[in-house]
Amino acid sequence: MKRLTIAQILHQYPFTVEFFQQNRLDITGFEQLCFEDYLEQLDERELEEKAIDPKNLPEELNEYIRQMSIFLGLEKNNKVQSLTILPGHDKKAVPENFDELVILPSQIVAIVGPTGSGKSRLLADIEWAAQRDTPTGRSILINNTLPDAKWRYSPNNKLVAQLSQNMNFVIDLSVKEFLRLHAQSRMAENEQKLSAEILAEANKLAGESFSEDTPVTSLSGGQSRALMIADTAILSASPIVLIDEIENAGIDRRKALELLISQDKIVLMATHDPLLALMADRRIVIRNGGIDAVLETTQDEKKLLEKMNRLDCIMQTARRELRAGKTLHPEKIFV
Amino acid sequence: MNLIIFSGPPSSGKTSVILKVIESFQRRKINVGAVKFDCLYTDDDKLYEKAGIPIKKGLSGALCPDHFFASNIEDVVKWGNKKKLDLLITESAGLCNRCSPYLVGVKGVCVIDNLSGINTPKKIGPMLKSADLVAITKGDIVSQAEREVFASRVSAVNPKAVVMHINGLSGQGAYELSTMLYDEKQHLHSVQGMKLRFPMPSAMCSYCLGETRIGQNYQMGNTKKMIWEDGEK
Ligand SMILES: Nc1nc2c(ncn2[C@@H]2O[C@H](COP(=O)(O)OP(=O)(O)OP(=O)(O)O)[C@@H](O)[C@H]2O)c(=O)[nH]1
Ligand SMILES: [Mg+2]
Ligand SMILES: [Zn+2]
Ligand SMILES: [Zn+2]
Repeated sequence: MKRLTIAQILHQYPFTVEFFQQNRLDITGFEQLCFEDYLEQLDERELEEKAIDPKNLPEELNEYIRQMSIFLGLEKNNKVQSLTILPGHDKKAVPENFDELVILPSQIVAIVGPTGSGKSRLLADIEWAAQRDTPTGRSILINNTLPDAKWRYSPNNKLVAQLSQNMNFVIDLSVKEFLRLHAQSRMAENEQKLSAEILAEANKLAGESFSEDTPVTSLSGGQSRALMIADTAILSASPIVLIDEIENAGIDRRKALELLISQDKIVLMATHDPLLALMADRRIVIRNGGIDAVLETTQDEKKLLEKMNRLDCIMQTARRELRAGKTLHPEKIFV
Repeated sequence: MNLIIFSGPPSSGKTSVILKVIESFQRRKINVGAVKFDCLYTDDDKLYEKAGIPIKKGLSGALCPDHFFASNIEDVVKWGNKKKLDLLITESAGLCNRCSPYLVGVKGVCVIDNLSGINTPKKIGPMLKSADLVAITKGDIVSQAEREVFASRVSAVNPKAVVMHINGLSGQGAYELSTMLYDEKQHLHSVQGMKLRFPMPSAMCSYCLGETRIGQNYQMGNTKKMIWEDGEK
């Protein structure tokens, strides 16, 4: 880095704009200096005023460039092709009842078990890429080998994206601005195309459609959820998505899952809703802090799922008709 | 004894995270104590007491809490050693965004929350910039996108830090954080002669020294004025 001018740094690593901005370094007019010389010429008073310590900044800039380069390179060629969970033990030190659980991209695995049974511990084990160094003694393999340390320590390479039960945005921006902000933080190249794609997908999931100018805080629960899912599917860097129960309100849940797996995500879903749980081909049963069983969804269950989907459809039609102020007619509802 | 210095904006989740981390240490039979620094008021001592650990609190009153921290940390370490703690955790309310309590050679953790807004990393200065670890809380109430944007801004301000998402309510991530904090080989007997990571502002104005009257005549020392165009006022 030493000999590059700021202009050259910005040209070669465009993402460094963010570093200068977030560190409150006003470099306009100094682009022809190298970073060290720029820091050198700041006077002491200004440094104190702005709480800037020039000593470590060059090293931090190097580190930032290193991390971002790994991150950007990683996205292009370093895909997660499999996630393996190796057994540990439950809260009473009883060994877990499975050999190994391998999950591939585009597969959905449901997680069932009472609240407090250890679902969040399982998730934390995956997130942290446990190596027999967490309370469950489990280990996680990525692509069949020991996971790289970056999955633990680097802020931009998190293994797991989470869709929690929260249905509201906090940030005060329009849908368009919000998606741009996220795309920029990911250094995505084709920001506009991605935003348009996310909006289109979100609208396919949400009951009522919304535009890119809608403030995210005024979206309905279903619309927020749809936008969060579409955004996570298309823009999040994390290869694994964990879903904590998708409410049935105002969103097509089957399409939501299809969208996630169409983007090669590995989907883990904590749910007790049979319509969702049976969509997965396998489900993990958790008891006493341990994995008690890994069940394959049977053919009978898949048939049952079809029936239940028809029932669900009937309920939804009835609900829609009621909302529209209509009188219900059995022949219209049981089609 | 190990010493760990926690800092972070008000209500960011410091106590919640520390208490969850302490639970992990207690399971490992590590003897933990805590000291809370605040400005005017705190109830945190009661929370630590409830967790059954030795706790002291210090209120800085008229002083910047970080200055107060610097003048008291030596005694605090003496107390911890006398109590035969394996691990002493200090929690400071980061009220003054200009100062930070971290010491060279002692682990410093900054706790900030997703709800505080995406410009917070830029605003809070040395408290974030010179931390070794950053714990980001309240991820449960924002979207994945908001979490990712926030974390990427944190890492632009402090690229060297390990950044972790911790849920202060459920404790998710706290076990993992705890494994990065305790070092069996560290035996800290005193902090005498240690250095602050980031110098505190050296300026003093007449109001620092108790002046209450407003007006040009009463302003001495290091006064700083806003910039006004000609005729603007
Ligand atoms: N939803 C949610 N709430 C949290 C989380 N962490 C902390 N809180 C809540 O945030 C509030 C403030 O948490 P504290 O741990 O007291 O924050 P603090 O930083 O110690 O506050 P001060 O010491 O007063 O500056 C409490 O109501 C906590 O329950 C979290 O991860 N998620
Ligand atoms: Mg507190
Ligand atoms: Zn201060
Ligand atoms: Zn003053």
